[in-house]
Amino acid sequence: MTISTEDADSANAGGFRKWLLAPEPRGWFQSSTQQIHQGWLKFSLHPLGLAGLFIIVLLIVVATAAPLLTSYDPIVQDMAGRLAPPSATHLLGTDNLGRDVFARVIYGARTTLYIIMLVTIIVAPLGLLIGTVSGYFGGIVDEILMRITDIFLSFPGLVLALGFAAALGPGITNAIIAISLTAWPPIARLARAETLSLRKADYIAAVRLQGATSIAIITRHILPMCIPSVIVRVTLNMAGIIITAAGLGFLGLGAQPPWPEWGSMAASGREFMLDSPWVIAAPGIAIALVSLAFNLVGDALRDVLDPRGSE
Amino acid sequence: MIRIDNLTIRFGHGQRPVVRDVNLTVAKGTAFGLVGESGCGKSSVLRALSGLNANYDGSIELQGETLDRQRSRPFFRRVQMVFQDPYGSLHPRKTIRSQLKEPLRNQGLDTNSVDVNAVLRSVGLDPVLSYRFPHQLSGGQRQRVAIARALMLNPDVLLLDEPTSALDVSVQAEILNLLQDLRAERGLTYLLVSHDLAVVSHMCSRVAIMEAGEIVEQVEIEALRRGAVEHPYSQRLLRASRMYGRA
Amino acid sequence: MTEPLIDVRNLEIAYGGGHMRAVRGVSFTLGQEKLGIVGESGSGKSTVGRGIMKLLPPTAKVSAERMRFRDVDLLKASERTMMTIRGRRIGLILQDPKYSLNPVMRIGEQIAETYRFHHPKVSKAKTYAQALDMLEAVQIRDPERVARLYPHEISGGMGQRVMIAMMLIAEPEVLIADEPTSALDVTVRLEILALLDELVSRRNLGLIFISHDLNLIRNFCDRVLIMYAGRVVEVLEARDLDKARHPYTQGLLASLPTIEDPPARLPILKRDPAWLDDLAAKVLR
Repeated sequence: MTISTEDADSANAGGFRKWLLAPEPRGWFQSSTQQIHQGWLKFSLHPLGLAGLFIIVLLIVVATAAPLLTSYDPIVQDMAGRLAPPSATHLLGTDNLGRDVFARVIYGARTTLYIIMLVTIIVAPLGLLIGTVSGYFGGIVDEILMRITDIFLSFPGLVLALGFAAALGPGITNAIIAISLTAWPPIARLARAETLSLRKADYIAAVRLQGATSIAIITRHILPMCIPSVIVRVTLNMAGIIITAAGLGFLGLGAQPPWPEWGSMAASGREFMLDSPWVIAAPGIAIALVSLAFNLVGDALRDVLDPRGSE
Repeated sequence: MIRIDNLTIRFGHGQRPVVRDVNLTVAKGTAFGLVGESGCGKSSVLRALSGLNANYDGSIELQGETLDRQRSRPFFRRVQMVFQDPYGSLHPRKTIRSQLKEPLRNQGLDTNSVDVNAVLRSVGLDPVLSYRFPHQLSGGQRQRVAIARALMLNPDVLLLDEPTSALDVSVQAEILNLLQDLRAERGLTYLLVSHDLAVVSHMCSRVAIMEAGEIVEQVEIEALRRGAVEHPYSQRLLRASRMYGRA
Repeated sequence: MTEPLIDVRNLEIAYGGGHMRAVRGVSFTLGQEKLGIVGESGSGKSTVGRGIMKLLPPTAKVSAERMRFRDVDLLKASERTMMTIRGRRIGLILQDPKYSLNPVMRIGEQIAETYRFHHPKVSKAKTYAQALDMLEAVQIRDPERVARLYPHEISGGMGQRVMIAMMLIAEPEVLIADEPTSALDVTVRLEILALLDELVSRRNLGLIFISHDLNLIRNFCDRVLIMYAGRVVEVLEARDLDKARHPYTQGLLASLPTIEDPPARLPILKRDPAWLDDLAAKVLR
């Protein structure tokens, strides 16, 4: 019996692929990996989502490999070469203090990434915790937690962030705290809404009938169900977070000079917008691009993780 | 084994009772059927018995001792429930294996103290399926997992809430056979709620017919099979079931 | 022989670019009779019903040698033609009235709206009177009162009667009912089926009754199509079901529990993979 070349190829290279596609997973790791693989296949049906993902990966790579991509120091000034237009030596020109704009954009990516990660780490668990506890227990607990959420929700994001930054003092860490305090309420409400409907599910009743404590039910059974929609929501809100951070930077409350941050770069570039547009265009485009990328990924993620909405 | 006296369940204050003054006894090792149409209160009786609903009047006894409304943890090692919808009674994001070990975890027992593979085999499933997620199983397989889960704590009583009404006819036959076999092997006591008289006739030795929250008639199963029911509602139900079959 | 109302030959419906064949080579005719299509989940029975009405999502590929309603070629019919047929000449009754009725419109108004859609020139008063007549025809005792109610204020059985009224007011020639009584209690079911029976015979309709309930179909329908995995495996007169020859039909019948005479163990249906085989699919008549 002859085997076709494709069969032969797949028999060899097939080891991992077969493991991924095996109908009978033989362990938890294999089973979970298969699920992730299935999710990835679904995600990769969305070309725009893939484009967004590419930009985000690029952001991470650029931020990590910053010293490798440019030899210029983003902080060193060179008054003689200030406001030089884009050229072979300065890919995106120089700003009003002679600093290489390209280098500042690349190092500014680190700042952006830092902000995004910290905000997510604060906001997602906080929102999930408050939302699920509120939704599961109901009654007075729900009332109290939701009124607190309402208070934070009722302030416009930038204003609240401004207030906190003014109280705590300017600086990037305080900016992150300020942004986080405004970003968690929608997550809490989302988690609460999910919990309210999950609470009535038979599989939750089954676990109650095993003698599970409320904490166990919330952490082991309800939380895992809320996480996908929270991931989608956080991804979609990321654009707003980036723009709020940029806004704070623009107003001088974010990363302090001379450290590069896209928002403050845009602020200082404002003056020279007409004669030296590259100073403001570069960070501006970077902000827009990254925000767009998160929106695209969030939309595609929603189809993968939260298909309820699309059907 | 089970004795229910004057069970009355009301949702909210001063509302009309969903279950009114229900009395029944289930002998150990037998299967008791609770039949009625939607809204008659049969599922509410089951939920009160199971401990899911602590808001009832009247008394429920298990093997002679009256149960506290808020059930204690050991109670759940004696009484377990199998739900109607195989698509809703399993956690969508946990493997079968994990869900079968969950009862042990919640009771504070060592998760290796019961052989999950043995329990899976006893409900007719290949243990290799245990690493799958629920959406990778068929409806019949899921219901078997639900039964396996209920058996993990080795209970004496199984409360069955319409266990086959969401399944195809051919799958229903397998599950009903399985339930019968398990009861014989393990000496279990069943309280089966259903709107399908044929299923009840097949599984149970005694049946209570409910209408609008009350038990209108209780008979031995032979009486039902012969059609020897007296209450007009029972007769209507029997006639309708005979003519147009399963739900 | 009079021309059949619906004539389907070798209907093929596939999803996912042709990979998932939901309906394979299904053929049948419908006269002025009650034809039952029985199958379990995944058998394709609902897909057949919707396929005839061209109500499938655009990803579904429908092909057949023949798919005619009277003189209309359903395969080639444009969406415009289908709109004159759907609801007007072929009615569709679905399982759960909760999902088919508009929750924010009073019942009388909904039925009147259906009538108005097919008879646009009739006056408002006359349209509403027709709606009330129709409610009476489906044996609703107090049509004026019910007509003023909203769908959430009526029971399941009454909701289904309203659905039937809405479908019949356009005076269709064929009714396709997809599990119309599955969401109803057993006693209510009897009434709805009796109603359908009477309406079908009085108006000389053809009825396609789709269900997974073999007992129900054998008692209600004239002829029965048994479907398995997208194929029709057997066709017979309802009264001849006991003499079924295909092992799937026999297995299905045997695995039904009965009230009177339950066996010690229900026989298990063994699915023979040969039933899926193209070559082995001989339709037993």
